[in-house]
Amino acid sequence: MLTTLIADIKNIAKEVKQSQLSCLPLLKIDKDYLLEVCRYLFHKKHLRFGGIIAEQDDTRRLYYLFYLNKDQKALMLEIEDEVSPRPIPSISTVIHGADWIEREIEDLFGIGFRGHPRLGDFVIHNESWGKTIKPMRKEFDVKQPLYKKAGIGPDFWKPIRIVEGQGVFAMPIGPIYSGPSEAVHFMLETVGEEIIRAKTRLFYKYRAVEKLAEGRSVSDVILLAERFSGTSAFSHALGFSLAVENALGIKCPKHILLLRTLICELERLRHHIARIEGICNSTGLCVATSQAGILHEELLRISCEFSGHRYLFGLANIGGLLKDISYDSCSLLAQKCTSLQKRIKRLEGMLRFSSSFLDRLEEVGIINPEQARQLCLVGPVGRACGQDFDLRRDIPYLCYDELNFECALEVEGDGYARLRVFFKEAKESIKIIKQVVDLLNNSRLDGKIDFNIENFKEKLSKKPVGISLVEAPSGAALHWVRLDQKGNIERYRIITPAFFNWHAFHLSTEGFAFQDFPIILASFGLSVAENDR
Amino acid sequence: MKQWIIEGIRTGIKTTKYPKKEDTSPGISPGRPVLTEASKIDPSICPTSAIRKKGKKTQIDYSRCIHCYRCKDDRGGKLSWEMSYEWAYFTKKGQGPLKSSFQSSIHILVVDTGSCGACLSEVELLNNPYYNMHRLGFFVTPSPRKADILMVVGPVTHHMELALKKAFDAMPTPKRVMAVGTCAISGGIFTPSFITASSVSEIIPVDLEVPGDPPPPLAILYGLLILSGKMKPKRQ
Repeated sequence: MLTTLIADIKNIAKEVKQSQLSCLPLLKIDKDYLLEVCRYLFHKKHLRFGGIIAEQDDTRRLYYLFYLNKDQKALMLEIEDEVSPRPIPSISTVIHGADWIEREIEDLFGIGFRGHPRLGDFVIHNESWGKTIKPMRKEFDVKQPLYKKAGIGPDFWKPIRIVEGQGVFAMPIGPIYSGPSEAVHFMLETVGEEIIRAKTRLFYKYRAVEKLAEGRSVSDVILLAERFSGTSAFSHALGFSLAVENALGIKCPKHILLLRTLICELERLRHHIARIEGICNSTGLCVATSQAGILHEELLRISCEFSGHRYLFGLANIGGLLKDISYDSCSLLAQKCTSLQKRIKRLEGMLRFSSSFLDRLEEVGIINPEQARQLCLVGPVGRACGQDFDLRRDIPYLCYDELNFECALEVEGDGYARLRVFFKEAKESIKIIKQVVDLLNNSRLDGKIDFNIENFKEKLSKKPVGISLVEAPSGAALHWVRLDQKGNIERYRIITPAFFNWHAFHLSTEGFAFQDFPIILASFGLSVAENDR
Repeated sequence: MKQWIIEGIRTGIKTTKYPKKEDTSPGISPGRPVLTEASKIDPSICPTSAIRKKGKKTQIDYSRCIHCYRCKDDRGGKLSWEMSYEWAYFTKKGQGPLKSSFQSSIHILVVDTGSCGACLSEVELLNNPYYNMHRLGFFVTPSPRKADILMVVGPVTHHMELALKKAFDAMPTPKRVMAVGTCAISGGIFTPSFITASSVSEIIPVDLEVPGDPPPPLAILYGLLILSGKMKPKRQ
């Protein structure tokens, strides 16, 4: 399949240089043919778009990633910006999901995209800085306390266009609003009760993790990878570890892969139960919220007893784990999760028959499958809209190819479909935990591995790149790591699932009542911190 | 509808007895490092310089500890960790606790200025059946006009600075500010940076700090109890 793809691309793009980047096929093409090639890959061959990685050292390069299958994993296209003076064409007219990625690259690097409908004021909020800054450029010093001198810009933020007419209200919500919620701004425009236009403004929590990582050692950056999104801490730390292992050619022993799978699924289970609690809370069904809340707290305590930290910080390490884990604690974990399984099924059964609860979720906050495909939705949100894509089954990593589990899939794309996907995946996670503990029975379990970057001097001299694709609890995440000769990070790129899914959020609210807005927000269960990085 | 009532009664009471009794259930706290007479530890193992040498003595600055566990004895370090949770302390320049008229009903405004989500999740859990802060008179309000305590979570990013200042200015006196989590107190691993302040106290005056990454719900509860004046701070 790959050979026919490459042959077709050579027909479209004329000059194609084929090579490999971190075991993935890489095709270098001229920027003039980029639009045609993307149209061919996305619309004709129906490949999924994974994101764009921008790098700037001696040259400015862009890498476009498309997911393939189990064997070849992904296909990458490379464009070099300086080769010709013409600007890079924007692919957002062909792949709608690339729209925000190009805006992010333009804001942070200053690389323009010809034909993009709206650039600017995306990651770097214009009203917060006196002049624009391009933080990802090499010459920008991340440590200068620019925020002290920046002050507040001359104008407060205003939307570019608002709907004007009789009875139209503009309702700004956030970044500080109701209860302990994350900082994000919404501008809802309503006629009567119906939201006719909604706009999401993100990056209030932009901490420049990708820039902070540059020049730091691997052991410092794994801390960053763990802590930029606390609710998916282990998955992202694992993504970073796998990327570094990929760059340095480290192969982990079988029991490490099994232990990592176990911890990933524990995190997924806890994350989904927390989202279910959020959905019950938004609809005001107090007893269900309390029941889900009890399960959430119990899972946090189970995680703490297993690993020492409630959110699984301090476990991931390059080449293994940070501590030894005994077989007894693994089997105890499996027993406790099995006892929770009955209560999860019971909660799901009761919610299915609560008509007042279902009224708030069914046929509310709909994204149809075609919109989901155009926006490249991933994770539980994508799977509730008919996007049958789960990295654990389609591009397996760790031990997932040996395990027996089902992936959830619904087509309605409404709040109830998302709730069903969360429940199904939580139950499947418990199944996987039990299978992994059975497989662990036959192997040694010292998880603690000492990693020393000094042992890899030869590999580092070539400035290797490592790429990893992991299924975080909220969807497919990509980690790209380029190491320099000293073993520090030269470029760390994270494409998070929340970034794609937030793009679709405003579409799901348009056409519904503004009273449904908090419920739709809770049914998506998205993390702002994971998007903003 | 009645199925929910029966389910609630069947589940029984899960709430912790704290503050009447110490809670020793497993898994309630990530713990924190302790120095004993015999600890000989190289301070360079700590990525945020929470462990430092002052002359001949070694000290731990808990406001910088991010729970990376590298100093812990089961992960290659040399220190043992205690499973405590009463970590909150008043700041030197702060105003101290609120007066007694506030003790039965305190309204909290929670502002997220860049947190990773773990601290916010712990704050949301305060209303969970296990901790239930309502029984102690704490409520969360969405409006700064009605708030007595401003709880700041997360390192303050420059994009959120104006919102934080406006929320603080909109609160009527007497008011107190509580910085929850290591990132809010000292910036965690996100500083020094061009976009993140190294502490909430750079933007607004802070009265109480609750260290931890994230501080468990009982630590935040202890902080609220001493800030409201319902409890006297314990010796550390």
